[in-house]
Amino acid sequence: MLKINNLNANIEDKSILKDFSLNINPGEVHAIMGPNGSGKSTLSNILSGKKGYEISGEVLFENKNLFELETEERAHKGIFLAFQYPLEIPGVNTNIFLKTSLNAIRKARGEKELDAIEFLKLVKEKAKELKFDEEKLNRQLNVGFSGGEKKKNEILQMSMLSPKLSILDETDSGLDIDALKVVSDGVNTLRNKDNSFLIITHYQRLLDYIKPDFVHVLMNGKIIKSGGPELALELEKKGYENFN
Amino acid sequence: MNTREKDIENLKDYKYGFSTDIENIRAPKGLNEDVIKFISNIKKEPKWMLDFRLKSFKRLQNLKEPDWQKPKYPKIDYQDLYYYSAPKSMSDKPKSLDELDPKLLETYKKLGIPLQEQARLNGIAIDAVFDSVSVATTFKDELTKQGIIFCSMSEAIQKHPDLVKKYLGTVIPTTDHFFATLNSAVFTDGSFVYIPEGVRCPMELSTYFRINASQTGQFERTLIIADKGSYVSYLEGCTAPMRDENQLHAANVELIALDDAEIKYSTVQNWYPGDENGKGGIYNFVTKRGLCKGRNSKISWTQVETGSAITWKYPSCILKGDNSIGEFYSIAITNNHQKADTGTKMIHLGKNTKSKIISKGISAGFSDMTYRGLVDINPKAKNSSNYTQCDSLLMGNKCGAHTVPYIKNKNFNSNIAHEATTSKISEEQLHYCQQRGLNSEEAVGLIVNGFCKEVLQQLPMEFAVEAQKLVGISLEGSVG
Repeated sequence: MLKINNLNANIEDKSILKDFSLNINPGEVHAIMGPNGSGKSTLSNILSGKKGYEISGEVLFENKNLFELETEERAHKGIFLAFQYPLEIPGVNTNIFLKTSLNAIRKARGEKELDAIEFLKLVKEKAKELKFDEEKLNRQLNVGFSGGEKKKNEILQMSMLSPKLSILDETDSGLDIDALKVVSDGVNTLRNKDNSFLIITHYQRLLDYIKPDFVHVLMNGKIIKSGGPELALELEKKGYENFN
Repeated sequence: MNTREKDIENLKDYKYGFSTDIENIRAPKGLNEDVIKFISNIKKEPKWMLDFRLKSFKRLQNLKEPDWQKPKYPKIDYQDLYYYSAPKSMSDKPKSLDELDPKLLETYKKLGIPLQEQARLNGIAIDAVFDSVSVATTFKDELTKQGIIFCSMSEAIQKHPDLVKKYLGTVIPTTDHFFATLNSAVFTDGSFVYIPEGVRCPMELSTYFRINASQTGQFERTLIIADKGSYVSYLEGCTAPMRDENQLHAANVELIALDDAEIKYSTVQNWYPGDENGKGGIYNFVTKRGLCKGRNSKISWTQVETGSAITWKYPSCILKGDNSIGEFYSIAITNNHQKADTGTKMIHLGKNTKSKIISKGISAGFSDMTYRGLVDINPKAKNSSNYTQCDSLLMGNKCGAHTVPYIKNKNFNSNIAHEATTSKISEEQLHYCQQRGLNSEEAVGLIVNGFCKEVLQQLPMEFAVEAQKLVGISLEGSVG
């Protein structure tokens, strides 16, 4: 599904990702763990289409060159990023944002756009599953939401948009145990043989709830070790500093 | 070029930029007594009207063009303008739409304003003003049944001289500032509305202004009177062809609300804004003033200002009647090299008067936007209050936004609250929306419409959707 070959990324002459390679097949869950500044967020930014990086190398999504696609086209094709810091958009009702987003994606995929009634039915169902406070759906997008609510809102959007590849950028940071469980349930519900996940995190604890197929350790812009879920435990024990 | 890019290219063009090739009757170029007499004569005006004009013109000689506004412009040569231009076919005034020049009908059709019987907009009566004259008014008969007068100003002067004489110049007198006085001297046409006592006008009244001829100023005059206990909602829309020159539009609008009456006046201003480099476009220097003359009266201005090279206007309310209410809801958008200096004046004279100002300014490109507003609560206006909220949104880092409030509270029982914010659409917000499948234009549209929501909600429903689209289109090409 996603093939990253020798990806290099620089920002203002500073090299952040160095010959980064990763292969994610349909249905796989990959976790990337790494200390601050290792290039984790740069990776999610680049995959989502954020501008401002000098890039070389190759990224293929379903055998298409990702760099030829605009950010929104990547979203249409099924790439979803749960943001580390979800943005606030004052004046824009959460429901309206969700509906606009869902219909933009459905339209691009040649599917019928949902009318208000169909949409509300769906969003209420999903909100209930994720224990997301329905009242918040009528509030301005992320304005006045707590950190946990913002993250849950990301997972709500993910489950509404049913992406093929979901990238979770430190979605677990700042979450209490209950919220962590809700987020994990959201991911596990969506998990099947076709959908893939790339989970970026500092901590092992999220991986207690979402069992990854692969764990990669990212240091200084490079994957230094890959393995199964046991790698996360080893990392947790030793710490990043002693890991080398 | 893919389809999306093509769509954007198409949208970028000012779609009202065409001009109609039509034979005109013009007054000789220049500003002098003879030209004023020419205008008055061609309109077969009574002597009192000509006197009103000449008095204004005389006073104009002693007035200086103001220059305190933020957007500066090259000196206007008032002797190099035409003050009257009308389609020739209008000189023998057509009695019905069937007799109207097909070219004019076609023009309005292209603008999305159907005048013909079969295609009229539901529930909206329209007065269409083309350059200096009103060419058609729809739904007249239906309105007449309720005693409502909705016609061109020229017709009102002929048929309802008593009403015109009684109210014209009572809110914007001939002794007003330069542009208002210029208008009083040379105004050509505009709309006249009278709603009789106790009548709630059953449909939206609307005037559609179109500048067509080149080198011509448009000076229309609108007068709306809501008699006791009546209600009217009125909307004006404006467009002009794309021309390299700057064209002057200096209108006067006077509103008068008597006891318990309410006037809601909405504007969607989309005059040609000039090209990407700031060449051409309309100078929109308009004086709009409403008088809440009676007790418990209410005047509400809503404006969506997206066009014009320079917009310079302060739709105002004089709250004379006790318990009267003035409101001002504004969205002003400037893009490319457009400039705006706009806001309102709320003059509290009566007791228990209330005013509310909600202003949303959006600047993009190299444009510059100023909100300027006066709240003046006089000593006798006990227990009065004002609430002002003034928000600016910047796009990019080459545009400007300024807020200049003037606040005068002259008694101890009144209160004024002023809130102001300035924010910027961030790259991050755009990226977030795009990651959710919206293209950059849709993303900007969504964010900006969210920003303007409070004001858009004030527009009559039929126009809210149009205005929402216009907001998006005005900002095309301002991102990415």
